[in-house]
Amino acid sequence: MNIHEYQAKQLFRNYGIPVPDGQQAITPESAGQIARELDGDGWVVKAQVHAGGRGKAGGVKLAKSLAEVAEFGRQMLGTRLVTNQTGAEGLAVNTLLIEKIYPIKREFYLSLLVDRGSERIIFIASAAGGMDIETVAKESPEQIISVQVSPAAGLQAYQCRKIAYALTLKGQQIKALEKIMQGMYQLFLAKDASQIEINPLVETQAGDLFALDAKINFDDNAVAVHPDILAMKDAGQEDEKENKAQQFGLNYITLEGNIGCMVNGAGLAMATMDLVKLKGGMPANFLDVGGGTSIEKVSEAFKLILSDHSVKAVLVNIFGGIVKCDIIAEGILAAVQEVHVNVPVVVRLEGTNAEQGRALLSNSGFNLFAADDLAHAAEQVVALAEEAA
Amino acid sequence: MSILINKETKVLCQGFTGKQGTFHSQQALDYGTRLVGGVTPERGGEIHLGLPVFNTVEEAVRSTGADASVIYVPPFYAADAILEAVDAGIKIIVCITEGIPILQMLRVKAAMAGTGALLIGPNCPGVITPGECKIGIMPGNIHLPGSIGIVSRSGTLTYESVHQTTNQGLGQSTCVGIGGDPIHGMNFVDVLSRFQADDQTKGIVMVGEIGGGEEEEAADYIKAHVTKPVVAYIAGQTAPPGKRMGHAGAIVTGGKGTAEGKVAALKAAGIEVVNSPTDIGLAMKGCL
Repeated sequence: MNIHEYQAKQLFRNYGIPVPDGQQAITPESAGQIARELDGDGWVVKAQVHAGGRGKAGGVKLAKSLAEVAEFGRQMLGTRLVTNQTGAEGLAVNTLLIEKIYPIKREFYLSLLVDRGSERIIFIASAAGGMDIETVAKESPEQIISVQVSPAAGLQAYQCRKIAYALTLKGQQIKALEKIMQGMYQLFLAKDASQIEINPLVETQAGDLFALDAKINFDDNAVAVHPDILAMKDAGQEDEKENKAQQFGLNYITLEGNIGCMVNGAGLAMATMDLVKLKGGMPANFLDVGGGTSIEKVSEAFKLILSDHSVKAVLVNIFGGIVKCDIIAEGILAAVQEVHVNVPVVVRLEGTNAEQGRALLSNSGFNLFAADDLAHAAEQVVALAEEAA
Repeated sequence: MSILINKETKVLCQGFTGKQGTFHSQQALDYGTRLVGGVTPERGGEIHLGLPVFNTVEEAVRSTGADASVIYVPPFYAADAILEAVDAGIKIIVCITEGIPILQMLRVKAAMAGTGALLIGPNCPGVITPGECKIGIMPGNIHLPGSIGIVSRSGTLTYESVHQTTNQGLGQSTCVGIGGDPIHGMNFVDVLSRFQADDQTKGIVMVGEIGGGEEEEAADYIKAHVTKPVVAYIAGQTAPPGKRMGHAGAIVTGGKGTAEGKVAALKAAGIEVVNSPTDIGLAMKGCL
């Protein structure tokens, strides 16, 4: 789960990580008012969307007067911001963050995440702040420093000093960085984060360290026990269909193609998409209906797939494990009837009682094609989608 | 011979009296698994499915001599269940549960270091040696005792591979679903090394997917240590970067963990990688 920058910065404050003075606004007037209260002679107006690349896309503006703050507010609020990470539709800008500007001397990168390889929480830092860390890793890997934290011992002071010295911090800054890193680590553990990224972490002309930007992702498996984090969810920033799917316990991801896919199991769902592509088609979605395949779930899955109007044909691929295929076929028929499916549906059923299942589907009188093997099913659905397109 | 489990393996079920535990324990009994009892706190002393229920794993081990355990408890209780099994001296722990928070698994793995216990999963179908012992949620009837070792991160793709190798008349020595979570127990290399050492296993099917770097490590290992034929398939070639594809571990981040990268690493190690998931069985037959 993602949250907005202003929410992340609020959490930072709670954990003693210094952030610029600022506050969120939802109207141009309140944006101006906030800037007035912050005082100073320059402000930054930042669009709050769940995506990076805001600066280049015009979602971060520097204002030299209070009138300009309100003007930028008018320009941004209510629009959709398209960045290199959002896709063509962009994301709705409903909130702005107004912050005071500080004269900056240097920019660093600092993040915390779970490293799968070492099975440890690790800090990653770089003196090349403000840049995309993946580019830094590719072009100048020697600029990346990392430390692994022992789950038993926790974050040690020497590990913070190691990063501080590598970033050529001096004097009080070394203690300040240690405080920031300890705050990040405590926040990470307390709220089951999966990543905390500060890019950039800045050193001001006065020598202070600030988290100029803040990004936090949370572990979807743990968020249920953190009501304060769940309350920060902004469903408007997520794909509508993906939100809906979540409510029904379905794993759904929107893709660009025109062949809807409904599959049991995440691995088989990915493999089915790959196979559709291999046969010359393009999948419209990833959809894992899970193990149970109840009538309700299959109905909801059909509704989701068909709410995407680019879908010209649907491929249902079920490997009937413990649930028998004739039972699954009955479920599919009930769902097709309930949802009024109006595009051709190719069904591949394999497992126990597969033949009975296929017979039920073939004799149903609906626009259903029961395929006897997966390769043929993929070929057939690609052909049907082409005919309909 | 098989790897990890056989008809002598005495299996416990943690979460025995719950809906999942009950259903899959009955399936395991029907298959012929030597299930010796189960654990549900506060239900000790009862009889369930004709078998004794215990309050603690320790008590269950003392009374039954169990050497393996399968866990069907909800996600927020699963880390506790795994560590209880480790503490009781269980050597093969199979955790089916999906949705365990990653920080809990991080601590579990750290706590397991040096104990000698093997963890399979979590978020996996389990392990089966056809005709002898089934521990997990896989449908028993698609399996055939035979010569192919199967290791996979995905449940349903394991079933696909089983189905295809059964149709080719090859059958399976042991099938291990290592699970779809980013931090989990046994990895590809742990299983591959056992297949290499097992006389019954004549060929190996390895099914990977996007995310992480275990397939790449497996490629290096196979090149250096595995002399048996290996057929590999990698799922997720059309998966968009930055999106979690159902499994918590199936995500491409920062250009790492792509299907292309994994396929290239496996091919560079001389492994036969099939493009279509429907070609696994045929390709395996062709290698023998």
